[in-house]
Amino acid sequence: MVDYKKPLPAIHEETRPFWEKAKKHELWLQKCRDCGKFRFYPRSICPNCFSYNTEWSRVSGRGKIYSFTVSNRPPLQAFQKDVPYCLALVDLEEGVRMMTNIVECQWEDLKIDMPVEVVFEDVTPLISLPKFRPTPVI
Amino acid sequence: MGTLTKKAAIVGVAESDCGIVPDKSQMELIAQATSRALNDAGLKKSDIDGLCCSGIFGLATMEVGEYLNIQPRFTDATHAGGASFEMHVQHAAAAIAAGICHTVLICYAATTYSDRKRGVFLTALNEPTSSMAQFEMPYGGWLTGSYALAAQRHMYQYGTTSEQLAEIAVATRKWASLNPLAMMRTPITIADVIHSPMICSPLHLLDCCLVTDAGGAIIVTSAERARNLRHPPAWILGCGESHSHMGISSMPDLTCTSAKISGEAAFKMAGLTAKDIDVAELYDCFTITVLLQLEDLGFCRKGEGGFFVTGQTTAPGGKFPMNTNGGGLSFTHSGMYGIFLLIEAVRQLRGTCGERQVPGARVVLCNGIGVALSSSSTVILGRD
Repeated sequence: MVDYKKPLPAIHEETRPFWEKAKKHELWLQKCRDCGKFRFYPRSICPNCFSYNTEWSRVSGRGKIYSFTVSNRPPLQAFQKDVPYCLALVDLEEGVRMMTNIVECQWEDLKIDMPVEVVFEDVTPLISLPKFRPTPVI
Repeated sequence: MGTLTKKAAIVGVAESDCGIVPDKSQMELIAQATSRALNDAGLKKSDIDGLCCSGIFGLATMEVGEYLNIQPRFTDATHAGGASFEMHVQHAAAAIAAGICHTVLICYAATTYSDRKRGVFLTALNEPTSSMAQFEMPYGGWLTGSYALAAQRHMYQYGTTSEQLAEIAVATRKWASLNPLAMMRTPITIADVIHSPMICSPLHLLDCCLVTDAGGAIIVTSAERARNLRHPPAWILGCGESHSHMGISSMPDLTCTSAKISGEAAFKMAGLTAKDIDVAELYDCFTITVLLQLEDLGFCRKGEGGFFVTGQTTAPGGKFPMNTNGGGLSFTHSGMYGIFLLIEAVRQLRGTCGERQVPGARVVLCNGIGVALSSSSTVILGRD
């Protein structure tokens, strides 16, 4: 993990709670106490109603794939060993969208609207990246 | 007549050396394009009193002003990726109409191809400090990936196919084969496109633009001055601009770009509709980019872009001449292609495009798109 060469989030005060919870393998989002909307990425003001009245809330980690691509040509050499990897946008149940990687999946099985759930990948002692895998059918 | 209609015109255009230019810096290419554009207009550097420029990571007008020894009364470094230069046209026309200045230089260059060969890395990619970047870059998100996400979603919602996207690349290559300056001139087929290596599914290599070195410059001046120059004026009839997000994960709908807003504004100002456009110069960093613009600008309905381009509609001799210089897909693309849309549009209006001239071109629409489908700006130009 010390040799991790891929870009890491340069955490600042607005985003620190998100990454601290991710380190504990929990997905937390900001929610506006005035208009009730969740938002992502974290920011101190609500982009919907411009209120500063905010709470953090642990969320289910369930969502659906909004779109995906299997990438053979990464932006940086550090991703070369991951090729091909799946870059995706996931719509969470709470109504926000985040970029992620889909893991634990055969690429030919990928479908838009496929239900997925969060898993965490510990990439450094400080950072765990939320990624998503297909929700197991029970 | 809209607010800025025919208040200003583009009177000089030029590109710098384009393609692989390892021996020249960004500033040298800007200077070269500028001096050629001034010569094209029949103007002197001392006539310039306004300056707009942008580069891949922004570009200080102060730096360009210093290098070229220009001290402007109006200066604008609006940076919205490849859409920056159509925005500069609107800002220049507004500044001229307001009497702030008379003659504006809009310029750009980048040595993207040679920088890669020289091992100049995009260090910004390694340091995702912005909130947006820190939630995208760690996953290997990047521009091609962003456009691929949009293409996948468009296919899912509307049944668009890889063959339909390939139609755009094939038609654009046909235009490039008529442009002596184009880097890629060998004809290609739909099969060539869909059998070229997959870069980011569903985008193949030939769905993606070139990476070259290139610069360009255009000169915008007042209506009064434009009438007495070397070439007939390319009148600015309408303009519009907008942006909706920066990172693709914040794009509200991956199948709808802000070209809807910029296009509507430009058509309204010009008092024209999509039916009035003789030639379209649309930003083609990827084939999907073109498809979305055709829909968002109203050349066809949302979701019908794939049908629209089928059968080589946009090729030479087709009913919708588009990207007549060979575009970013086959002519040149140094990272921010928007200025080349304007250069080609002006030449089409002048009737000086040789083999690729569209007969009777009187109204040309240019639409820039920037970053991750983030921004759009539209300029409609016309001749007397």
